[in-house]
Amino acid sequence: MVDLSQYLPILIFLGIALALSSLFVFLPMGVSRLTGTHNPDAEKLSEYECGFPAFEDPRSQFDVRFYLVAILFIIFDLEAAFLFPWAVSLDMTGWPGWITMMVFLGELAIGLAYAWKKGALEWE
Amino acid sequence: MTQTFVNWGMTYDWAWFVATIAGILLIALPLMLAVAMIIYADRKIWAAMALRRGPNVVGPFGLLQSFADGLKVFLQETIIPSAANKGLFLIAPIITFTVALMAWAVIPFNSGAVLADINVGLLYVLAISSLGVYGVVIAGWASNSKYPFFSAMRAAAQMISYEVSIGFILICVVLWAGSFNLNAIVEAQRGAGLGIVNGFWFNLLLFPMWVMFLISSMAETARAPFDLTEAESELVAGYQTEYSSMSFALYWLGEYANVLLMCALNATLFWGGWLPPLEIEFLYWIPGFVWLCLKILFFFFIFSWVKATVPRYRYDQLMRLGWKVFLPLSLLFVVLVSGWLMFTRYG
Repeated sequence: MVDLSQYLPILIFLGIALALSSLFVFLPMGVSRLTGTHNPDAEKLSEYECGFPAFEDPRSQFDVRFYLVAILFIIFDLEAAFLFPWAVSLDMTGWPGWITMMVFLGELAIGLAYAWKKGALEWE
Repeated sequence: MTQTFVNWGMTYDWAWFVATIAGILLIALPLMLAVAMIIYADRKIWAAMALRRGPNVVGPFGLLQSFADGLKVFLQETIIPSAANKGLFLIAPIITFTVALMAWAVIPFNSGAVLADINVGLLYVLAISSLGVYGVVIAGWASNSKYPFFSAMRAAAQMISYEVSIGFILICVVLWAGSFNLNAIVEAQRGAGLGIVNGFWFNLLLFPMWVMFLISSMAETARAPFDLTEAESELVAGYQTEYSSMSFALYWLGEYANVLLMCALNATLFWGGWLPPLEIEFLYWIPGFVWLCLKILFFFFIFSWVKATVPRYRYDQLMRLGWKVFLPLSLLFVVLVSGWLMFTRYG
């Protein structure tokens, strides 16, 4: 039986932390209206691009390599997710468990070698 | 703590609730104070390494510098750029700071002195640190400005790349300790080195893992030499360029809270957490809480030291280090550590 009661303090902590950080964001907005520092104008609210007007839409395109890194991260994070239960139960699964996991790791190592060879890990 | 409140005449449920709230505040408020003081310490350490004084005007020895800075940003005007997506723009710093606080719920400060003694504590820390990426990416995207967007992309790629190797390093520690519970991991380090040294760093198989964890934790929190996300010569101030006032400060508070968390993890996973460094009776006279704080401060000094002395990495070098050096090495060490344990302990 899993003891879930220990998660309740985390939930309460989440509430308190959210309240604290919301306070930090919204309270100064109110205070600056009271103290009179709140004084926006069109130039002040334009985006900052080192003093020039923006050249193009910032969200138009980005490098595909970020996408590749994200995909690789998903694969290897999933691999780690398979390793976690194996790591805590190594004493119970013994040699068969160990050999099975080594086969799994070997397959993913081949995958990593392929991505490496293909140049998916390159940033020139 | 619950028992104390029961003795004061509360019912058990109320006593538990009050004790939990008190525990949370006992973690969150000193943490924020520690972050303020650690920013001051950081500046002092860099200054000392550059043979200058650092902040020394506000208060005695400049001790009140961070509080003056805090008051300053608090009273500044909050600017929301007209091109920004307002809701997300305001939510992003909230996510970052909330997440930075949350991970501290499972760090054990002494035997049993932990807010939530959950069985999968280490997984919880991993999950929470993954959530930190959202605060950064949302900030960069919602700003609707070019440099914050680039910085957010870089930060996200960097954080997730090093999270992969951190995951495998943690698996090595878990293999050795046999548990995900942070208190159990600390206990497993009691007398781990020749029966006298408390800590896994002493272990020849885990020592390289500790070095990699230290470097990865610098990359994960985007500290120098891996602070490419805020490379001010290329990207202005990074993903928080468009932020102002307290929202801007929340990113710094969150970053330093994360740095302290990584120092605490270094101490907890490899250097015996709240245990004294050596298994000697009189060292236990000093409470475990003090030992943990000393270790955290020691690692923070290392972080500061590295920041003051090492030049910044290039982005391609950073990604190469993460994917081509740390990932294969940590995978290899998972095989080595588990193989060694099979031959010596479980086989």
